[in-house]
This record gives sequence, structure tokens and C-alpha cells, in this order.
Amino acid sequence: MKTFSLQVNGQPRTVEVAEDTPLLWVLRDHLDLVGTKFGCGMSLCGACTVHLDGQAVRACVTPVSAVGERKVVTIEGLATNGKFTALQQAWCDLDVAQCGYCQAGQIMCATALLNEKANPTDEDIDLAMSGNLCRCATYTRIRKAIHTAASK
Amino acid sequence: MNTPILDRRGFFRVTALASGGFLLGWNAEAAEEATAAAFSPNAFIRITPEGLVTILAKNPEVGQGVKTSLPMIIAEELEIPWEKVTVEQAPVNQAAFGQQMAGGSMSTPNNYDRLRRMGAIARTMLVEAAAKEWGVPADECEAMAGEVIHKPSGKKLAYGALAAAASKLPVPDERSVKLKKVEDFKLLGKRIGGVDNPKIVTGQPLFGIDQKQPGLKHAAYVRCPVFTGKVKDADLDAVKKLPGVTDAFVIEGTGDHYGLLPGVAIIAIDTWSAFKAKDALKVSWEAEAKESFAEHAKKAAEAKPGEGKEIRKTGEPEFPDDGTITAAYHYPHLSHANLEPQNCTAVFKDGAIEMWAPTQNPGSGIDGISRALKIPKEKITVHMTRIGGGFGRRLMGDFMVECAAIAQKLNGTPVKLTWTRDQDLGHDYYRAGGWHHFRGRVDDAGKLVAWADHFVTFGLNSDDRPGNGADLGGDEFPSRFVPNLFLERTIFPSNTPLGWWRAPGSCALAWAIQSFVDEMAHAAKKDPLEFRLELLGEDREVPPSGGRGAPYNATRMKGVLKLVAEKSGWGEKLEKGRGRGIAFHFSHLGYVAVVADVTVSKDGKLKVNKLTAGVDVGPIMNLSGAENQVEGSMIDGLSAAWFQEITVEQGAVQQKNFHEYRLLTMKDAPQVEVHFAKSDFPPTGLGEPALPPTAPAITNAIFAATGKRVRSLPLAKQDLSWT
Repeated sequence: MKTFSLQVNGQPRTVEVAEDTPLLWVLRDHLDLVGTKFGCGMSLCGACTVHLDGQAVRACVTPVSAVGERKVVTIEGLATNGKFTALQQAWCDLDVAQCGYCQAGQIMCATALLNEKANPTDEDIDLAMSGNLCRCATYTRIRKAIHTAASK
Repeated sequence: MNTPILDRRGFFRVTALASGGFLLGWNAEAAEEATAAAFSPNAFIRITPEGLVTILAKNPEVGQGVKTSLPMIIAEELEIPWEKVTVEQAPVNQAAFGQQMAGGSMSTPNNYDRLRRMGAIARTMLVEAAAKEWGVPADECEAMAGEVIHKPSGKKLAYGALAAAASKLPVPDERSVKLKKVEDFKLLGKRIGGVDNPKIVTGQPLFGIDQKQPGLKHAAYVRCPVFTGKVKDADLDAVKKLPGVTDAFVIEGTGDHYGLLPGVAIIAIDTWSAFKAKDALKVSWEAEAKESFAEHAKKAAEAKPGEGKEIRKTGEPEFPDDGTITAAYHYPHLSHANLEPQNCTAVFKDGAIEMWAPTQNPGSGIDGISRALKIPKEKITVHMTRIGGGFGRRLMGDFMVECAAIAQKLNGTPVKLTWTRDQDLGHDYYRAGGWHHFRGRVDDAGKLVAWADHFVTFGLNSDDRPGNGADLGGDEFPSRFVPNLFLERTIFPSNTPLGWWRAPGSCALAWAIQSFVDEMAHAAKKDPLEFRLELLGEDREVPPSGGRGAPYNATRMKGVLKLVAEKSGWGEKLEKGRGRGIAFHFSHLGYVAVVADVTVSKDGKLKVNKLTAGVDVGPIMNLSGAENQVEGSMIDGLSAAWFQEITVEQGAVQQKNFHEYRLLTMKDAPQVEVHFAKSDFPPTGLGEPALPPTAPAITNAIFAATGKRVRSLPLAKQDLSWT
């Protein structure tokens, strides 16, 4: 077990875990941030997507020892003072979710996309979002919500 | 008439205790305080003197939207604006709430009338309380938007102000209360966002896997890859020495598919330590690693007409070589692949178990725990969490029983069991693969006159009884619609557990049947839509044979066929390589027809451009949720037909993760369009019925585009190239 100091959603956090522990399980089991979801453990579904210095990464294959100084942002860290981001709002307004399990990862991935491309085309969305599975298949609403948020 | 009041209070004490800290911000003390003056005429509704209106959502939420739509039904009759309602998940208490499960698209048909009456009871009592307060006749008063209004004087009292007085009134019989007129509905039929949406988009703990308890330990459970295999030897000492591991032990289990599978439990300080130890565990098994899907398939391909056991014979089904069309269809096993892997959290204390479970069917978990662990049912408390996908997988209680067995052993320490993805794919209750050997004949007028199907399916170690969800009923279409019919079946005994997968039976049968119907339409040289309308025949309701099962309303099915044809531009001439296909299916009391529009490149690359659905399920509860269900069902149907296949070799499932068991992604998602028929029939459910007709609409469209008839799934394994 080793001690790691992390910056998570703007807060300094310290954990004592095995150094190969994926960031996913650090967040979920040690930091009480369970919005980041476990789906596959092999970077195949996107449910665990978080940001490291603004870049979307899969927390299930990111060992905590590889995080270093980079700032971690999770789904819990998107809204500021209870105010939703345009994407979170669009997700609610368009009632995107069915079971909702994948949606945190979808929103984190879409947030990174909009940070890079303020007005993504359908092809941009296909490219950025096709690593995020939705078992309920809410893809058409996800696409629409990204366009809606981008237009705000 | 004091008894109902006592009952209500008695009930309240029970919920307060049973729900514990599970209901947000709800503790026993506050509950007691609220109980004193709150108005709660039944288990579903609570109105405090401050005017807080809480409606309990009785059934598990798997993504089908019932946590929103069922409370909407109550709110409609209660005459309370939706913004003023707080929805809470109900505790498991089937005596108070009725059956609590998510399956068979039955939440709406089973609850619509009763929940309206629950809301109407509260409204009636609030009106009566106001009338008493004012000393006026109740029929001069009306409930509207959370207030009671005395119409002649314009006096108003809010529900909160009436709560204490209303709670002292006798509760009227639910059959006696007056329901609103459907044309006066303000809420039902509107687009309402899911009640958990704000929590979902901010990552709040909602799901089974998110549950926490003080001092929680994390468990992994290692089962034999071969179903029902037993632990021969496990090196527990080595595993116990691994970092983070606090305990490891063998669970003997019950040895059957529906009990508790034997295995090795590993307990750790976090999930990762448990998973790592699971991978490091040295264990040997006692199992018969024999079963091979490939061998089943070889045998099934050789099945001959007349060799099966008769399911139904109508008229004189004869199939002379001249004029008989034959075709064999095959579809594979499927896994549910819920994105939230199976998991459960439990604590065992003083002989009682309390658990937090993402279950579609708490009753089956309770039964299973009671059977396998000899814990009396009244000592088992289950809290229903939100569920990261059901699709039928979580009707089974296996993961709850496993967690309970581990918790029992840990005696007093709360534990969360989490399955890995390969365990989830490897220990499912699978949608049964099957084979259909069809024969069919049309007459000179192009009418379907004879139909036969030798259906080959699986039974759980039985050649007599089909596995769960693996049967072909005697009334399955086109039975009852064709004068001469012969249905027979052969069952292969298999040790692979089978189960209910979204639209059980229908999810597979509709593809094969609606594909062969399409073949018959082409044999008859008729437009596939026209052929289907003629096959359905006159406007009428066809009763089930033997008086059991649901009648088949030909009028409604023809209605959705015409609706979807009109909306999808059916009949337009398209260039080669692009085509439209149509299919319909009746299941779960719902009538759905789908048109698929596809393009297939010469080298066989498939693009599904659009899926359009015509749906008749009676009046819609929540339009947003309803559309979402149909959109998702269609894309799920496409995803499964395109990519998915579970194979069993040497007794074990071969697919380990999403690279081997693919789900459709954003780039392949077609446009989807949903049209609901205006319908006065009683409302029915939507979690399932739009899925079955989707796959055949797509493969029929592929035929229209390329001239290639797809007779085997998944599509990804078929050669669709054309010249």
C-alpha cells in the first residue's frame, strides 16, 4: 500500500492504496465518488470516463500511480454551486437517460468534446462518442443533447 | 371506522423502520413526527401539513421509466401539479403495494387502474375535509392543482392545510371513488423528464453498485466457468496473504442453476484488491466440461419435418415438393449484458439479513435466500435501488443469494459483492438460441394457405421442457391466421442456464417468423405490406385458442402497419443497394410494426439509415419515456441482431468482454422515429414490444436492397455483398 495525493474536483485528497489500483476504484471505494461507473474494466465501454487535465480518460485502466499532478474531474465536479453545465441541462431537458448507468461517462466524454470543438458535427460526435456504450441505446438523444448544449 | 386510521399509522411505523437511511433525508425521528399529522390514506401517498406531497414509486426502476410514470398516474388523480411532487422509491412490502417487480412490460397494465384509485381516494378525502371545514356540501367543492376550491364562494384551502383533517376521515373503498375523465387529464400523456435525471447527470449514488454501509468490505466471488461445477480445491491461504485481502472461503452452494452456485468468496478492503485476488486464486473444479454449441448447431441443422413433438395442427397442412417454399433460420444465444454488472450489498446480523439490491424482482431474491441459506423470509429485508439495466437478467436472484451467503459468513460486517464483466457474460441466464425449419405454401391468388415450423430449442438438462423463454406457443403468429398449420418442436438438453431476455420468446421468434412471412410474400409476388394486411384479414379480434392467453386484435395490428407505412414512405422506389423492410409483432399486449431503411454497399457494408415504428399500446402515460422505450428497443433489437452471439464450448461461455460481445455504438445508431396510434384500449407496457419486429424489418430491408435473404444471426457474420 502506498499513499497518493490527488487533486479531485478542486480538492486535495489523499488515499492509501495499492499502486496499481485503477483511478476508478480509488474514486468509488476510497473517495466516495461513485458517479464514475464500472462497466468493463478494459476501457471498452466508457462508463468510467473522467477528465485528467481536461482530457477524457478511462479511469478503469488508469492506475492511480499514473495520475501524478494532473487534475482529476469527475461527474460530481462538473456543476458549479449547483448550477448545471449546458450538457447536464440538455441531458435533463431532453430526458436522455433510461437506466442512466452510462450517462456520467457519456457526459464526461461529451464535455471533453465540446471543450475541444464548440460546435461538433455529427461525424465529430461519432468519433468522440463511439467508445461509450449505452445498453439502453439512447444514442439519438445523446447526439441531440450534445447539439443542443453546443448551440447554447 | 377507526380501523383504517390505525392501519395507516401502523403501516407508517413499518415503513419508517424498514426504509432506514435508504430514503434520502428520512430518519426515524422525522418519520414519527411527520406521521403525527401527515395525511396518508394509503401506502402510496403522504401529504404533510407543510404541503409536501410525496408519492412512492412501487416498482423497480430498470430504465423503463416506471419511477416516473407510475407516480404520474397517482398525481393525475390526486390533482397535484407534478412540480410539487417528490417521488421516493417504495420499500419492498407487497402486502401494501401489491406485486413489486419489473417484468413482462406489466407495470402499466397491472397498475393503471389501481393507482388512479389510490390518487382518487386521497383527492376525495381532501375535498371532504375542506367541505367539512367550510360546512358546505362536498359536491360544491373541487380539487384543483393542489388545492380544494369551494366553487360558489371561491374559498380555497391548500392540501397541506387539509392534511390533518383529512387524516381523521374514514378511507373510502377504492372501488367507490370517482375517477377523472380521461379528457380532463393534465399530466398523463405529456412529456415528463425522469425523476432521477438531476441525480443521474451529477453522479449521485443511486444504483446498486453505489451503495455504502459503515465498515463496508468488498467481495469477489469465483464460480466454476462450467455451469454448476463444484470447488475441488482452492488455495485459500495464498489468497489471504495478498494485499488488501481480509478473508477468503469456499461456499458449497446448492449446486443447481437457480440456487447458489458453489464458489470461492474473497473479501477485501476495496473492489480492486478483491478482483486482483480473484485472478490470482489457484482453484480446481469438479465439472463436466462437455457441452458444445457447435455440436448442437450441427445436429439442429439436420432436423427433419415430422421428427419433432407436435405443438399444434390446424386443418390439413400438406407440403408437396411442387410449390412448397422451405427455409431454415437460426439465431444464437444472447446475454443480457447489463452495463451495471451484477452486484449486491448486504449485512447479516442477529439472524436477519438486510440488503440493497439492483433487482427487478425482490421476491425471487428473497425466496432464493430463504431456500439456500435457511433464513426465514420475514428476516430478509430488501431495499430496491435504481438498476443499471434489467432486460430480464435481474428477474433472477442469484447475485442476491451469493451476497447473502457471503454476508452470513461475515456475520455483522456489511459487504458488497461485485461481478466482473467476464463473470457477468459467463454466468448469465441466456436468451436461448434456436432453429426454425419452415415450410410454406401460397395459392394461385397469392394467399398463404399452409405454414409449418419445426422449432429446435433448448431445455435445461431436459428434452421435454423448454428452458425459460425458449418456447413456441401454439398461438404464435401466423397460427389462427392461416387455415393449415403444423408446429412441432425438438428440445436439446443443455446445461446452459436460460432465461428471460427482453421480450422473451418474441425477441427471437418474431425475427424468424416475420422473415419467412416476407419470403412467402415474395413467393406470392405481392408487396410485403399488402401481403401482411391480407394475412391479418378482416377487422376483428381473434380469441386465444382454448380461452387462455391474450386475444389478437387484427384491426389494431393493421392499424399500426398502415401507420408506419404512411410515415416511412413505404412503396417509394429506391436504387439498388438501398431497401426498406417491414415487420410486425404482437407481444406484451402491444401492437408494433417497424419499417427499416437500410443501405448495403456492394462489398457488403451495412448502414441502417432509419427505423420507424407504429405503436398501439393504448393511451400513453409519459410521452417522453414512451418514445425513449421504443427508440431504445429498436436500436437494442438492431444491436443484438447485428453483433451479438454467446457460444458455449467445453461447457463454458467463450465471450469475456465487450470486444467479444459487441453492443452497437453511436456511429452505427440509425435515425429513429416513433408514431403512436391514437387508441382508447386500456394502456399497456412499452419496455419490450417494439424490440421483436425490429430485427426482421432490418433483414427484410436487406433483402429488398440486395436480394440476399439473411437466415442466420448475427448479421456481422453474414456476407451481405452483392453485384
